[in-house]
Amino acid sequence: MINEFFRPQTIEQATSFFAQKMEEGYHPSYYNGGTEIITLGRLDQLNVDVAIDIKSLPSCRVHLLDEDYLVLGSALSLTDLAEANYFPLLTDISKEVADKTARNKITLGGNICGNIFYREAVLPFLLTNSIFVLADKEEIRTNYLMDLFQETLPLKEGELFVQAFIEKKFLTEPYVAIKVRQQWKTGYPLITAAAMKTNHEIRVAFSGLCSFPFRSIQMENMLNDTSLSISERSRAATKYIPGDILNDVEGSSEYRLFIFTNLLEKILIQLEGN
Amino acid sequence: MIYETPNLVQVTVKINGEIQQIIVPPSKTLLASLREDLFLTGSKPGCFNGDCGACTVIIDELPMKSCLMLAAEVEGKEITTIEGLSDSPVQRAFIENFAFQCGYCTPGFIMNIQAMLNSVKNPSPDTIKEWLESNICRCTSYEEIEQAVQEVIDKYPSKY
Amino acid sequence: MKYIGKSVFRKEYLAKVTGKAKYTSDFLATDALHVEMVKSIYGHAYLKKIDIEKAENLQGVRAVIVGKGLPRIGEEIIDRPALAVDKVRYYGEVIALVVADTIPIAKKAAALVEIEYEPLAVVNSPQQAIDKDAPLLHEGIENYSMDKGIYPVKGTNINNHTKIRKGDIQTGIKEGEVMIESSFSIPISDHAAMETRAALCEIDPNGITHIVTSSQAPYMVKKIISRDFHVEAGNVIVETPLVGGAYGGKASVHLEIFAYIASRAVGGRKVRVFNTREEDITVSPVHVGLEARIKLACTKEGKLTAAQMEYFFDGGAYGDKSPHLTTAGAVDCTGPYQIDHIWCDSYSVYTNHPYAAPFRGFSHGEVHFAFERAVDMLAKKAGIDLLTFREINAIKPGDTTPTQVVLTRSKIGDVEKCIQKFREIMEWDKGQIEEIAPNKVRVKGVACTWKNSTIGPNVSSGVVLTFNSDGSINIMSGLVEIGTGTKTVLAQILAERMKMKVEKIHVRMTVDTQTVPEHWKTVASRGTLMAGRAVLDAAEEAIQKLKSLASTILRVPEDDLDVANEKVFVKSNPSKSVPFSEIVYGYTYPNGNAIGGQLLATGSYTITGLTNLDRETGAGNPGPEWAVACQGVEVEIDVTTCVYQITKAISVIDIGEVLNEKGALGQVKGAMSMGIAWAGREALYFDENGRVLNPQLRTYRPLRFGEHPKYVIEFIKTPHLEAPYGGRGAGEHGLIGMPAALANALSTALKVDINKLPLTPESLWKQRKES
Repeated sequence: MINEFFRPQTIEQATSFFAQKMEEGYHPSYYNGGTEIITLGRLDQLNVDVAIDIKSLPSCRVHLLDEDYLVLGSALSLTDLAEANYFPLLTDISKEVADKTARNKITLGGNICGNIFYREAVLPFLLTNSIFVLADKEEIRTNYLMDLFQETLPLKEGELFVQAFIEKKFLTEPYVAIKVRQQWKTGYPLITAAAMKTNHEIRVAFSGLCSFPFRSIQMENMLNDTSLSISERSRAATKYIPGDILNDVEGSSEYRLFIFTNLLEKILIQLEGN
Repeated sequence: MIYETPNLVQVTVKINGEIQQIIVPPSKTLLASLREDLFLTGSKPGCFNGDCGACTVIIDELPMKSCLMLAAEVEGKEITTIEGLSDSPVQRAFIENFAFQCGYCTPGFIMNIQAMLNSVKNPSPDTIKEWLESNICRCTSYEEIEQAVQEVIDKYPSKY
Repeated sequence: MKYIGKSVFRKEYLAKVTGKAKYTSDFLATDALHVEMVKSIYGHAYLKKIDIEKAENLQGVRAVIVGKGLPRIGEEIIDRPALAVDKVRYYGEVIALVVADTIPIAKKAAALVEIEYEPLAVVNSPQQAIDKDAPLLHEGIENYSMDKGIYPVKGTNINNHTKIRKGDIQTGIKEGEVMIESSFSIPISDHAAMETRAALCEIDPNGITHIVTSSQAPYMVKKIISRDFHVEAGNVIVETPLVGGAYGGKASVHLEIFAYIASRAVGGRKVRVFNTREEDITVSPVHVGLEARIKLACTKEGKLTAAQMEYFFDGGAYGDKSPHLTTAGAVDCTGPYQIDHIWCDSYSVYTNHPYAAPFRGFSHGEVHFAFERAVDMLAKKAGIDLLTFREINAIKPGDTTPTQVVLTRSKIGDVEKCIQKFREIMEWDKGQIEEIAPNKVRVKGVACTWKNSTIGPNVSSGVVLTFNSDGSINIMSGLVEIGTGTKTVLAQILAERMKMKVEKIHVRMTVDTQTVPEHWKTVASRGTLMAGRAVLDAAEEAIQKLKSLASTILRVPEDDLDVANEKVFVKSNPSKSVPFSEIVYGYTYPNGNAIGGQLLATGSYTITGLTNLDRETGAGNPGPEWAVACQGVEVEIDVTTCVYQITKAISVIDIGEVLNEKGALGQVKGAMSMGIAWAGREALYFDENGRVLNPQLRTYRPLRFGEHPKYVIEFIKTPHLEAPYGGRGAGEHGLIGMPAALANALSTALKVDINKLPLTPESLWKQRKES
């Protein structure tokens, strides 16, 4: 249960306060949209007693397009992203997360770094191998996401995701964004697919197929092997699924596999033409 | 951990046009505070999980699920709850179109719709669907709500 | 008619659109202690030890209560310990209650209760429950006290077996030239009302128990507390304000028991118990499931000759309403068809699932899914048009129902007319399936439905009318306003009868069992019939009393008087009149003599002619009337992925008379919406331990805005002559045919028999693979 709510003015204040509270034996957490902290905390599935509100930190609220990059702060809500629509693929992916009112509160950082494993908002960042800026008490580090991301964005204790940089050229590339659900138009994903054609090559990333979102370079190499037919490539690509296919109340692993190959075909058909 | 000295936060916030000062534990949600500290029971708990929308209020012009917000977060903000509307076009349209039955989800819907109409001029059916998907109604077929919204848009073309 | 049929605004409309409407949890009761439930983490286990010492000693805890020493409770079968003792029978069953100052303290204490379980094999379906090696959930069922008409099967998990034996089934099968036999299944689901259940309880020093609860049956709460806890009936007062949706789920008495026990344990202090959404779905009673086997036969021309059915209802861990549910399923075990030879065995089965409360349709949605699928299968096999087949067999006045009731024009709506209108609206003869794109088809599906109630025979509804000094009237009725708008319809009925403005009729929304006359339970779509007749009965008394007093004042015989516009007037000379406002509190002569006093009128109504059902044949008269419908859907489906959209949903429903047009439309469409979501997506998923895996509204999904189809509703009016203005009960009927119509459409599209719910794309894909 949250017993302290702290509003830092700067990143330094945020990260040193975090370290201090850790030392004092508390369980601090950065608080962005806070939706997971509140809902999981209610079920005692999260042990957070100090909330450090980073929503108003200027670096976390950056939202601009300059000559080379689109810069997005981790405290931007999914609605903020969709409204500005600098990156249509990101807009389309974010628009399917939860519902509109919830997206007014769910943040980019919360979706990517939270506990719920779908993390759909990370897919466009994987596809574009964007640069992530992370900060803790000791340092600020920047890395390409594909060098960092291993099923999750691994943050050191007390480290905070501040902002992401996406190369401008990707913003206008042809893309596909599809979310398949168990039924109709609402609910968790069965599979969410994000794909982009850039530099004559197709890139793909998925959420909901496994218990973590992924982009597999090996899978992409297979999908870009035009010596094979589309259906051959789609079937072969399943070899490169990097983990067990989920089997849960949303759907069985066999059905997910069936939908997955279908999605791959759809993506190839749509993007190959371009 | 039960703390020896309970930590309380003072929050100054404008609610329905009135400045209020509430004193809350940091863990208290806005929904709980509205209902228990300010006795504004119009916003309803349906799930405490951000899934049903019955707790929707307007904060700085955006609809927000008050069960997904800590009271401590609303320092300095402007909030409108269902109690802050008076004979509004949306309320009238709901009445005339029989857009509610048990009424439990109604305040949440009305606030979401009001926020939408305040910020999107002449919303398309797709936009209406996108916004209203945030609220569950278990009694109606949604057709009456759809008609009510369309009626407000048609009746007040310059406003909405 | 001035008010009947009109779309009169609900009496409580302003409260509901302004946030002023109060539901149970809105009575914040900051002076109440909080009750937290300690719940089982096993689906089936012996309780070896319960240690509450640590919990009791936590600062702020006022009591911790366990099951030992508490009575057993239940409705038709007294089989449920108030708190689990010796054994738990479903995951989430409440074992102990913690009463504490605040929610965090109560939760912490609940976690400190130490329980030792000895797990037992979990019975996860009716099929498993009736297996001969299945563990017995209740040893010695026959030792439980139970209502007449409940027939458990000793030594099994079957707590009720209802039989229908009409005609001779072997003859019927022999006469049949075409036959199908198949199984059908429906998993358990949930009511998911937007307001979760909540109850407050306080016992004052002279022993009067006050309960406030979100319930469809406050009078049943009173009855059960009184009967099982030995409290004098007059000392139990139950209050129910507006209810935020119920759909049958709040007809079962559940949280109120916990509230009472908790308050009693803390010396009568006020306590408050309410469900989180997860508790509302998994701990409180749920929507029953069904496993069915049907054999259906007809002649070459399509005349049904025999129907043989086995219905196994997944009633969950305790009886509650499922024994009665299974009887209801037997009573209307076929769709609305004339069949000479019917053999039905309807079983209520114990499983290690949350137990079943009534759910809108009360077994009819479940039974119709199975039966209407069977009808489609048989019609297709016989090569007969699916609508024509139904029309050939449509039940009519003069025919007999499964319980051998001979139907009259009043007792049943017009099935044929509904089918004919449906054929027209659906443009059925233009074809039921067409390809609209590669791999995509548009397809139509149909189901015919009927429903009677099975409540009674000795249930009643009472009404008290009081007058205000301005001549306006107050209606007190024990009917609860759960969203159906029935309370407003009562005002319309009274306004119509009194020939006065409906605005001058006030209806008391909050029901309290001490001052408001009992309406048995707000269930079964019998509100308009029972409370409506009680209103009319009270109106007669009011009119008689008004005329009696006016006759003295106007000095004319009573027969020369009539009542309208809040006046009593002489028929032959209307200007000779006296207004209500001058007589409802008595009349004062110029010299000061006063006569009459305050005018009060009462009325009541009991459904007549109902009989018990014969134990061997099921023969008997179960209820007053059958409303009928022909319902359908139009679906667009991708036949490779099985992903589909419902574009249109249609109901042609014989409602007898429309009492409030927009109200009736809202009820029918709302029920259809619920039926669609139930069929397409709503199911509780259990793991091997009997734990529900999807207990939140993000994983258990009612229909959302934007997912709804276009609705087309037509009303047919064949009056029920016992009902106010001929109106039939219609609150549930929209739901009943939706799963069947949808499954029928999808079966046609995929050319495969789709006989299992829910109808998700994966489920369709799987069922097609398996066939």
